[in-house]
Amino acid sequence: MSQSSSNTIDSLSNNVHTTHPSSTGIDNKKLAMWAFLGSDCMFFGTLISTHLIYRKLYPESVTEPKIVVTDLFDIELTSFSTFILLLSSFFMALCVSAMHKGQIKSFRKNCLLVIFFGLIFLGCQVYEFHHFAHGNPDKGVPSLTLSNNIFGSTFYLMTGTHGVHVAIGVIILLVMYFYSYSGKMKTTHAIDVEMAGLYWHFVDIVWIIIFTAVYLVEYI
Amino acid sequence: MATTLPIPETTTVLKPQKSDLGWTRPDHKTGIVDWLTTTDHKKIGIMYGCFALFFLIVGGVEALMIRIQLAVPQNSFVSATTYNQLFTMHGTTMIFLAVMPINAAFFNFIMPLQIGARDVAFPRMNTFGLWTLLAGGIILNISWFFQFANAFGWFAPADGRLEIAPAGGWFGYAPLSATQYTGIGTNFWILGLQVLGISSLAGSFNFIVTIINMRAPGMKMMRLPVFTWMTLITSFLLIFALPAIAVALAELQFDRYFNTNFFKVEMGGQPILWQHLFWIFGHPEVYILILPTMGIVSEILPTFSKRPLFGYPIIVFSGAVIGFLGFAVWSHHMFATGLGKYATAAFSLLTMAIAVPTGVKIFNWIGTLWGGRITFSIPMIYSLAFVWMFMMGGFSGIMHSSAPADAQQTDSYFVIAHFHYVLIGGSLLSIIAGLYYWFPKVTGKMMNLKLGKWYAFLIIAGLNITFFPMHWLGLNGMPRRTHTYQAGFGWETWNLVCSIGAMVLGIGIFLVVLDVFISARRGKLAAKDPWDGRTLEWTTSNPPPHYNFARTPIVKGKDSFFIHKYGQSKDKIEFEGEDAHGIHMPSNSWMPMISGICFTIFGVALALMPSGVIPGMGWLAVITLVGACIPLFLWALEGPGGYHLHVKKDNNLATNS
Repeated sequence: MSQSSSNTIDSLSNNVHTTHPSSTGIDNKKLAMWAFLGSDCMFFGTLISTHLIYRKLYPESVTEPKIVVTDLFDIELTSFSTFILLLSSFFMALCVSAMHKGQIKSFRKNCLLVIFFGLIFLGCQVYEFHHFAHGNPDKGVPSLTLSNNIFGSTFYLMTGTHGVHVAIGVIILLVMYFYSYSGKMKTTHAIDVEMAGLYWHFVDIVWIIIFTAVYLVEYI
Repeated sequence: MATTLPIPETTTVLKPQKSDLGWTRPDHKTGIVDWLTTTDHKKIGIMYGCFALFFLIVGGVEALMIRIQLAVPQNSFVSATTYNQLFTMHGTTMIFLAVMPINAAFFNFIMPLQIGARDVAFPRMNTFGLWTLLAGGIILNISWFFQFANAFGWFAPADGRLEIAPAGGWFGYAPLSATQYTGIGTNFWILGLQVLGISSLAGSFNFIVTIINMRAPGMKMMRLPVFTWMTLITSFLLIFALPAIAVALAELQFDRYFNTNFFKVEMGGQPILWQHLFWIFGHPEVYILILPTMGIVSEILPTFSKRPLFGYPIIVFSGAVIGFLGFAVWSHHMFATGLGKYATAAFSLLTMAIAVPTGVKIFNWIGTLWGGRITFSIPMIYSLAFVWMFMMGGFSGIMHSSAPADAQQTDSYFVIAHFHYVLIGGSLLSIIAGLYYWFPKVTGKMMNLKLGKWYAFLIIAGLNITFFPMHWLGLNGMPRRTHTYQAGFGWETWNLVCSIGAMVLGIGIFLVVLDVFISARRGKLAAKDPWDGRTLEWTTSNPPPHYNFARTPIVKGKDSFFIHKYGQSKDKIEFEGEDAHGIHMPSNSWMPMISGICFTIFGVALALMPSGVIPGMGWLAVITLVGACIPLFLWALEGPGGYHLHVKKDNNLATNS
């Protein structure tokens, strides 16, 4: 689709469906998404602060044997999944750009890659949760569950919430991917893809903070 | 009730679009289907208002039961557990189900009209906010029915605890809200509040985008009516404050459902964390309750003293400062926990600092009145009472900001006196002022202004008789949240006086609510511009047509309608031309209500799950949660929908003069 014809469709659609050009020139949906992300910052901020406050507070006598989280962590695996998530953000950016240009095939390809990497990340997280919850009895590493330790409570709730965010992102992208085969997906939908992108990048940034403040910090 | 005006003759209505699902979205203009699926901000506002007034009465009855119990020493009108449930549900209902939704009702109905918009930015999200509000209200209050069922022996939770209606206080202090101290009522409370949070967030995103993005041409930010400004600030407060309590509630819920350790002292949990998280939400929340009502008063005082608002930019700026500082003072609710002298001193100072922008507002209101031609109509009477009563609440608030004084006053009736002066003397009085002021706009009728003076007398007198003696009771050491007291402490007389005052106040509020519904049917027809209004909403007919403005107005200054009426010719409001395709109106949608119903079942099922009485509640909760999310996806596939109206240019600017 050429640039000029996509512009025509854009302006046509704008004529038909908006009652009001926006006062700031920013699309309504985008502004709402930014407000939502601001709110979500507070949400993750609260979860991460809970974790950081509790990190050093839990009494050592509570669990026997004592949990050493660095024994439990598999930092290579987590670094790998962090890298994967960062990479997915790159393809998300390509995906948004493709949709703006109306290149539907490129959109599909990149969208599928983001979904694929998102699923790898989720798979790593499921493996990690499973692995932590069972510990490693051969090496004498005790298990970490939601209830046996306060570190477990804050860790699983926080990373779990992040995982749910990633899963929601994957579902949104899947819907867009299949919708693109209906033939109704046009450059006017670029704004919707862009919003999915904003969301995806945000979830990605939150993971960078969690990876630093929850995983790496334990190795200092 | 408000009915949509007949569509003018020259209207052509095009068929609504078919959605991607092959369905046609409903676009009934009247009838029950329209009310259930409406995307019209005015109808949504009316429904918000009706639900809120209903819950105002429910919360009021709970308050009166508290006062009956406390009227005489060692009364046995209700048991200690029931008393706990009453004050818990009174606080929760009044804050989340009465004052916040009434404010949301005003936001919905008035704000788009004030900025010259045809609707909010996301009409279906607005409907979604309404139905999730109702879902939260039902989840919270249905617990009473299970409590009654228990009394009849039909419902016995497995844990054997009898707090089936919430009994942990509106603040739900952990670990007192943990499973070993409260029954399944706390589950209803957690889930109800979570769902109400979703409702408030959906509404707030919508209002923020609407105010920033959908202003009529010429309606610059510093020309916005103050009520709209306060809507914007309140919405920002909500989106930043609610996540804190959402996380706190989730942690508490995990403690109760999955045996986590967030607030379990024996496992290293810290009860103080709950207090921090709760009050990081809870303190901005009190500004969420009061800022919109300050906005209402800032509309009414200039209208009835025929003067522009004194120091408009300062009023707006003070509102923003209050909102900002509101996030920095939460620990003054926790002085008694021993935060350490530096933290206490800092929060003490910041709390005193927040009195400055509040005081600035009060002086500006007085400045507005000064030299004005004041008409003592009912909205004005309530607004003047607001300034005075809110100031009284503010004074005792400043007393609390001093940590040593607070250590004496905390958890005593002095605190009750303080926040009821702020919330009834502040919020409720100006909400009633707003009801009288905008009632003609909403319904096209007038409320009963003659009887209204008597109701105002009852309410203002009742408020003072009830809550002023509580200052003395508190300073004499009467503690909060105790279901009875011994004779001989010198508390008997004033408790009786408080209870009598509460009855007077209750009767007054009930009569006003009754008058709302009677006047909506039988009230006198309102003139087109009954109060000689100053802002854009008064340029529309009463009630406004469903498209609000036949042509988008071009605003020429602050108080745009007032300068249009009395200013120079360059100040006259002009209008944009008609678009080729006419006015685009959104179609209705079933999706928000379906989602709301699913949320209701989800909350009730999940709350009942630990009771172990009805099997399969966990699965029902999972299914209905999915069921609540599916409509949101289908809603995206419904397509933009809508239809086009060609409306004759109406002569909306006719005035009484």
